[in-house]
Amino acid sequence: MKTFSYERAKTPAEAAAAAERIRGAKFIAGGTNLLDLMKLEIETPTHLIDVNSLALDKIEVLPDGGLRVGALVRNTDLAADERVRREYPLLSRALLAGASGQLRNKATTAGNLLQRTRCAYFYDPNQACNKRQPGSGCSAIGGISRQHAVIGGSEACIATHPSDMAVAMRALDASVETVRPNGATSKIPIAKFHRLPGESPHIETSLQPGELITAVTLPKPVGGTQLYYKVRDRASYAFALVSVALVQQSDGTGRVALGGVAHKPWRVESAEQNLPRGAKATATALLDGAKPTPHNEFKVTLVERTLAAVLAHAKEMRS
Amino acid sequence: MQDTQDINRRELLILGATCAAATALPCAEAAEASGTAAPVIAKVTFEVNGKQQTLQLDTRTTLLDALRDHLHLTGTKKGCDHGQCGACTVIAGGRRINSCLSLAVMHQGDRVTTIEGLGTPDKLHPMQAAFVKHDGFQCGYCTPGQICSAVAVLDEIKAGIPSHVSADLLAPPKATNAELRERMSGNICRCGAYSNIAEAISEVAGSAA
Repeated sequence: MKTFSYERAKTPAEAAAAAERIRGAKFIAGGTNLLDLMKLEIETPTHLIDVNSLALDKIEVLPDGGLRVGALVRNTDLAADERVRREYPLLSRALLAGASGQLRNKATTAGNLLQRTRCAYFYDPNQACNKRQPGSGCSAIGGISRQHAVIGGSEACIATHPSDMAVAMRALDASVETVRPNGATSKIPIAKFHRLPGESPHIETSLQPGELITAVTLPKPVGGTQLYYKVRDRASYAFALVSVALVQQSDGTGRVALGGVAHKPWRVESAEQNLPRGAKATATALLDGAKPTPHNEFKVTLVERTLAAVLAHAKEMRS
Repeated sequence: MQDTQDINRRELLILGATCAAATALPCAEAAEASGTAAPVIAKVTFEVNGKQQTLQLDTRTTLLDALRDHLHLTGTKKGCDHGQCGACTVIAGGRRINSCLSLAVMHQGDRVTTIEGLGTPDKLHPMQAAFVKHDGFQCGYCTPGQICSAVAVLDEIKAGIPSHVSADLLAPPKATNAELRERMSGNICRCGAYSNIAEAISEVAGSAA
């Protein structure tokens, strides 16, 4: 690990200002992903700004009936929150499908959104990776790509976003609240928060340098039947091959978002009109334009079959 | 030239070891040459197993290394050092965490419990006694992490925290075999003592209920 200096920030605005002022500075909260990458020297911050003392660990009800989840709320606490379990079960289910008990106790809401990919070529400094070293190429393309993206990739990168929580947040139309180094606040719809790789896969979100996430807000509860299915190589503690987040109303209409298939949580609103017609029609529209590799073309079939299983489960729950 | 071409395997190994030693020794100089900055030292005070500890540490020191190398509490084990195996599990602020993925300086004022703080050879914690009774280990390397994790798992169930296998998110979770297996999935045992580990935890859960 490279050496770094360390400070405990006192206010969000102060943290954001320090992050902009000090070259090579990074925020640290749970640290479960950042420290892992620092040990491998994939992340090499010169200065860490510990944001754990900022009072951003509350879950509050908003005037419109929605929830504001503080950036520092731990994954365990968010999944276990009574309002989340009752009104946003999709979010609880997605959180509980991710990582291990130990990691969920540390990992934060904001940190979960900012997770880096688990692409093996990103993790191996001996391989070319445009995300780790812009311009170096992509060893995943033409490499072993079973885990990689089937849609939305580019000539520069076919990595996937690893989060389960973010897939649920996308289906629930969450927004990301931030503070910028100049003290201004902003609210970014989750749909615009994560980026596709394009030619600059190292830029993963719409955050500006120094911009700090302070909360994630959820609109008022949408009701319906909410399910999160995650298909993976072992029954627990593994990243998704494919995951499906579903919110479905009694008339069959609803929303669906996918994990494990793209550089960001994958949702195509226009595809959702097909939900009452079933899994095949919906999956076909969702993955229109997919460019799988020979190693991961199974994911296209797996999305349709997982969606079929989720829709059958939802129907059973409604009857 | 004949000599270098005829170099045998033993000589090659010796040569390799000499090179490794030669490059490893002047690491400070090598670091300077590559532009790496000098270590930053910071002070941290926290409570470990009921005892106040103040350490001056390189900011890079993980909680795991602080416990093992600075406080000589070597019960907590280093397995993968990347949060994947759970051997380093300790209880910090009442919660189980991977001590390898946490910086010591970030635990200012925290209360940490390691395997040494749960019980002693004369007075075992009920979870330790249950692991012994049910043969919940073979080589024992993962065991301190397994036991710290198991103690915290029962607290999490008591606190009503659901898991991936909880059928009803709104019902209080129970310490069933399926629940214990899911909740313990962050602790890997290469000897494969899982079924006995689950039995040991079940027994403690039963007697605590």
